Amino acid sequence: MDLISILIVVAKVAFVLIVVLHFGALMTWAERKQAALIQDRIGPNRINILGVKALGLIQIMADGLKMIMKEDFIPAGAHRLYHTLAPAIAMFPALVALAVVPFGPSFDVAGRHIELQVANLDVGILFVLAVSSLGVYGIALAGWASNNKYSLLGTVRATAQMISYEIPMGLAIIGIVMTYGTLEMNKIVELQGEYFRLGGLPILPKWGIFYQPLGFVLLFTALIAETKRTPFDLPEGESELVAGFNVEYSGMKWGMFFLGEFASIVVVSALVATLYFGGWQIPYVNLMALPALPRVLLGVATFFGKVIVLCWLQLLVRWTLPRFRYDQLMHLGWKRLMPLAIANLPLTAAWIWMLGGMKS
Amino acid sequence: MSAQIAFYVLALGALVSALGVVLVRNPITSALNLVVSLCFVAGLYALLEAHFVAAVQVTVYAGAIMVLFTFVIMLLDLGTVPARTGPPEGIPKATIMGALGAAFVGLVIHAVRGDIRVPTTAGMAPERVAELGGNSRLVGELLFGPYLLPFEVAGVLLLVALVGTVVMAKRDSVAKSTASRRNS
Amino acid sequence: MNPYVPVLISFAAAVLLIGVFLFFCHAFGPKAPSPIKSDPFECGNPPSGPAHDRFAVRFYIVAMLFLLFDIEVVFLYPWAILFRELGGLGIMEMGFFLTLLVGGLAYVWWRGALEWE
Repeated sequence: MDLISILIVVAKVAFVLIVVLHFGALMTWAERKQAALIQDRIGPNRINILGVKALGLIQIMADGLKMIMKEDFIPAGAHRLYHTLAPAIAMFPALVALAVVPFGPSFDVAGRHIELQVANLDVGILFVLAVSSLGVYGIALAGWASNNKYSLLGTVRATAQMISYEIPMGLAIIGIVMTYGTLEMNKIVELQGEYFRLGGLPILPKWGIFYQPLGFVLLFTALIAETKRTPFDLPEGESELVAGFNVEYSGMKWGMFFLGEFASIVVVSALVATLYFGGWQIPYVNLMALPALPRVLLGVATFFGKVIVLCWLQLLVRWTLPRFRYDQLMHLGWKRLMPLAIANLPLTAAWIWMLGGMKS
Repeated sequence: MSAQIAFYVLALGALVSALGVVLVRNPITSALNLVVSLCFVAGLYALLEAHFVAAVQVTVYAGAIMVLFTFVIMLLDLGTVPARTGPPEGIPKATIMGALGAAFVGLVIHAVRGDIRVPTTAGMAPERVAELGGNSRLVGELLFGPYLLPFEVAGVLLLVALVGTVVMAKRDSVAKSTASRRNS
Repeated sequence: MNPYVPVLISFAAAVLLIGVFLFFCHAFGPKAPSPIKSDPFECGNPPSGPAHDRFAVRFYIVAMLFLLFDIEVVFLYPWAILFRELGGLGIMEMGFFLTLLVGGLAYVWWRGALEWE
């Protein structure tokens, strides 16, 4: 555990954190531009610094400055500590969950073997589930600490929504674990580099989506509901319950909820890309046969390309579908997604058996 | 050496937050202290190389059971326990229970006194565990091998809990609906 | 290196970042508390009633059901890893477990505990 290893780890952690935050901030801009495109308008385009309009990207800085400079007040009767702690707990999972996701192929340099994954835990995917179940407390505290009955109502509904969709999420991931036989994320990505072969010729890469089409739909839906994005954003719906559980928040604390939500869009995309779309693998290209530098550049670029496409997909879903009513939302979670997720298990078993993967 | 430091830090954290559960006045603070304590215990499991159990501890215990507790505390609006105004009550009972508890702890320490050391592995060396396919796989082999019956019994227990939840919660509404049907 | 060391470094970095954000909100905003600002927000109505009302029992039912199914999901993970080695016998063993829980879900559904969410 020498100094160089620690520095490498710190560099990876810093990279992941910076990427999550910057992509999250970019998502706020992309969301507005995407909404504008869908709604046949232009989106933010007035903002400029000395006449340089960078497609409205400066809007991100303007939003950030506005949030920082707003007054941070805590309403009377609200619990001071929890009012401050709640956005911190809500933002924490989004920043930490990517610690187990491999964002590029491993390579050797100067005699060291470096894996582009912050922590190769034995229980890879379970780590993500564990930190996201802790994120529920942020929401629970936010409403409770605000001393406002609408806030409390919003929080209770938000918490019930989050926990209702955690089960289809867990069940959908089980399909992937059945397919690849391991919880470790880097092994899952490596195994997605193999191919279905017909007569010795590779036809399709063994990506998760080809083994688990239903699982992908279930996981994607459950994750969008878990991160409270439209069409599941009733808890923070701008036109219902005012702003739900974060009505008594302003300034940077609200900004932390907001940024946490956009960072979790990136986390969701990264997870889905790793589990279902091959992570950093390029189909039909064996990255491990290339020397270190092109391998790393191509792998990381591919990974982030997939992440961007999936983020864009989530934005598209947001601005296309109307919002669910709360009872429809719970009905979907318990009566549709969960039975489907349970049914996914024998279906996956049969599918794997048909594709010839069962050892006896 | 680092295992020792990790152990003492985690154990201290678990103990301090567990004390916090019983000593603070605000019920939400109490519940959150319990969450923190459970997370430290999960860290102790990880120190014992029981990674799967550590992850499950956080997911189920701190992430599901304590959410239920927090729900109940939030929704029932249990206020802060007021500060004590007179002398403490129940001193004789507390003394007896405290003495019994201390005696029990002393008995346990006496029984294991030869084996007290900082725990680092719960049986197999980490290299051997990695050879055999990882911690979760080994847990699975145990669960579906020698411990299959307890696993199925756990399933029955979960079913009982499911039925029990609905029966307990729906009792009032069933009684109300039958009463209203009788009256109309 | 122990794989939890990067996890702890990751946690520390996240906590540091969150601390920076909280410092921003504390340091940079104006501070002008006023009694009207401190009232609970009710779209302009004066605050009415206590901040806590009684809640429907279905939220408790949802939390309990979540707990029980979460435990079931946790049992499914080791099985899923060993799925191919356990073969048909494993499918039957897990099938029994899943049947118990699907039966439980069906019972809960039939009794109407999942209604009017």
